[in-house]
Amino acid sequence: MNTSTIKNTNTYSENGIVFPSKVMLDLKDLKKVYPTPKGDYVVLENLNLQIMKEEFVTIIGHSGCGKTTMLSMIAGLNPISGGNIAVLGNPVKGPGPDRGVIFQSPSLMPWMTALQNVLLGVNQVFPHATKAQRTDIAKYYLHKVGLDGAFHKKANELSQGMQQRVGIARAFAIKPKVLLLDEPFGMLDSLTRGELQDILIEIWNKEKITAVMITHDVDEAIFLADRVVMMTSGPKAKIGDVLNIDFERPRTRKAVLDHPDYYTYRKHLIDFLEH
Amino acid sequence: MKQEITLKTESQAPNIMKPITEFLKLKLGKVNFLGGFKKTGITILSILLFIGLWHLGSKALYNKEADYKVEKALTEQGQAAADAERACIESGESGCQPNTLPSPTQVWASLQSLIADHYIIKEKKDAFATKMEATNQKLIAKGKAPIVYTGRASFIDTVLTSIKTVFAGFLLALLIAVPIGIIIGLSPTLKSAFNWFIQIFKPVSPVVWYLLVFMIVKTIYIGKSSDNAFVISFISVGLCAMWATLVNTAMGVASVDKDYINVAKVLKLGTFQKVFKVILPSSLPLIFTGLRITLSVAWMVLIAIELLAQSPGLGLFVWEEFQNGANDSNSKIIVAMFVIGIIGFLLDRLMLTVQQMVSFNKNEGI
Repeated sequence: MNTSTIKNTNTYSENGIVFPSKVMLDLKDLKKVYPTPKGDYVVLENLNLQIMKEEFVTIIGHSGCGKTTMLSMIAGLNPISGGNIAVLGNPVKGPGPDRGVIFQSPSLMPWMTALQNVLLGVNQVFPHATKAQRTDIAKYYLHKVGLDGAFHKKANELSQGMQQRVGIARAFAIKPKVLLLDEPFGMLDSLTRGELQDILIEIWNKEKITAVMITHDVDEAIFLADRVVMMTSGPKAKIGDVLNIDFERPRTRKAVLDHPDYYTYRKHLIDFLEH
Repeated sequence: MKQEITLKTESQAPNIMKPITEFLKLKLGKVNFLGGFKKTGITILSILLFIGLWHLGSKALYNKEADYKVEKALTEQGQAAADAERACIESGESGCQPNTLPSPTQVWASLQSLIADHYIIKEKKDAFATKMEATNQKLIAKGKAPIVYTGRASFIDTVLTSIKTVFAGFLLALLIAVPIGIIIGLSPTLKSAFNWFIQIFKPVSPVVWYLLVFMIVKTIYIGKSSDNAFVISFISVGLCAMWATLVNTAMGVASVDKDYINVAKVLKLGTFQKVFKVILPSSLPLIFTGLRITLSVAWMVLIAIELLAQSPGLGLFVWEEFQNGANDSNSKIIVAMFVIGIIGFLLDRLMLTVQQMVSFNKNEGI
């Protein structure tokens, strides 16, 4: 893909007037191939997806269909076999702090305190800020995830749920353009999961960072997303269907559950998955 | 997939569980206490059993040698000589005692005599120092080396020399093995470059290391009157013992959790930051496991190396006592054996404590 076509994706014209594009993340003809002794295994093929600025997209699909592969390719942690990924028109060449990642396991450095873990990223992204300013940023996000009392606790002294809160704070604190969440609540019990969804959506409402989140949980997918993207089962997985969730924001869980459309959405997703 | 999100209303749940957990804690605590008591009891019992067996064994050996001596006197010199020999052995005279495995009481007596000997030598040293003070000050004023006490070292002095040597060797091993291990662990290319080196030199015996170091240090110190035994022995100890740390460090650095590496990649940490903030802390537990092995290996090879290097430590003490062949030499050797064992054990505990302090996973180590 040459640069001129990439530039074009960053703007769009309507009636002859050129507007800056609303597309934050653009996946074009994405392909991922793993070579095996028995020949190439094609995980993803012809995957096309555009994610707008300030959009929250959840991705749902069966285990092993390549969701995580796609996300790690966006993060730049996994090389692309074909096609193109662009963030604001710039092709992804490797990992970087413009794409914050919340991993499935909290992946905190266990020898550091909660604050140090968040600061690790903040120091990197705001090298010119004073130490006090950076600490303030880190503390602000830790406060936002409800960890006021745990700034100086070692990460391995925190519960799984609290560790994932630190993970959320760390991802938001580096102010990424895109937030990538790989089943961040998959390892938590349903109570803690509900709490963390509330915290995530509360911060997100404020920061409006474009978010792509993989989940296995249909309710989670509907509650958080503007759009739910359904992926077909692999090999050669691609986008199967897209469901727009038209609930207004900010949402409350109760309002979502009471909404007449909720069960229609839910049925749509389950029908797709059970198909 | 069918999982419903339950709303958070059950904040009382932990309170219901509380009495149960408290009860469990109490019960577990009690069991632990009883268990601990039992464990100490068994340890004491086994020590007593060990001493008892030792006593019986040494007595049997003593009798065997005594009988042989009497028998020999009988066949070579007749009944009168045999009776005299028997009487001499039973009287406890040192000249005709069988020279075999000493009994626990003899060893205990030797320990006390060694400690007493230390104070005697210390007195001599102090006396020498006061006698020489004026002369030495004159010598120093003239820019010459002062005269120092060069008499026999006491047992406790030899222990201190050994500890000093082992720590110097350990420090050398640490300074060589940790940086090289980190570099090897970070770079697969350097790993293959160094691998043959490690594989070939790791199994080399302490004696050969000593000889190698001796060849080199002897030449470096040529023409100087200073004593190089200490230098030779600590370098040899360091070179023998560093391999465990080298291999463990390289392994620890090479096998950092992929999640941490991914975090470092996403945050785009620089190489320096990545090494010092992510890779090194995460491999510290393995590095310290290596250092712990290094220290125990260092202590083990030290004895042989001191013996060869004529460095006035425990190794030389043991060897000299063996050559000496005096009546209490054997029991002094056994004293040294216990001292070596106990110090080795304490060094290992020390390293274990340090290891647990730096380890972020408190369940590691034994």
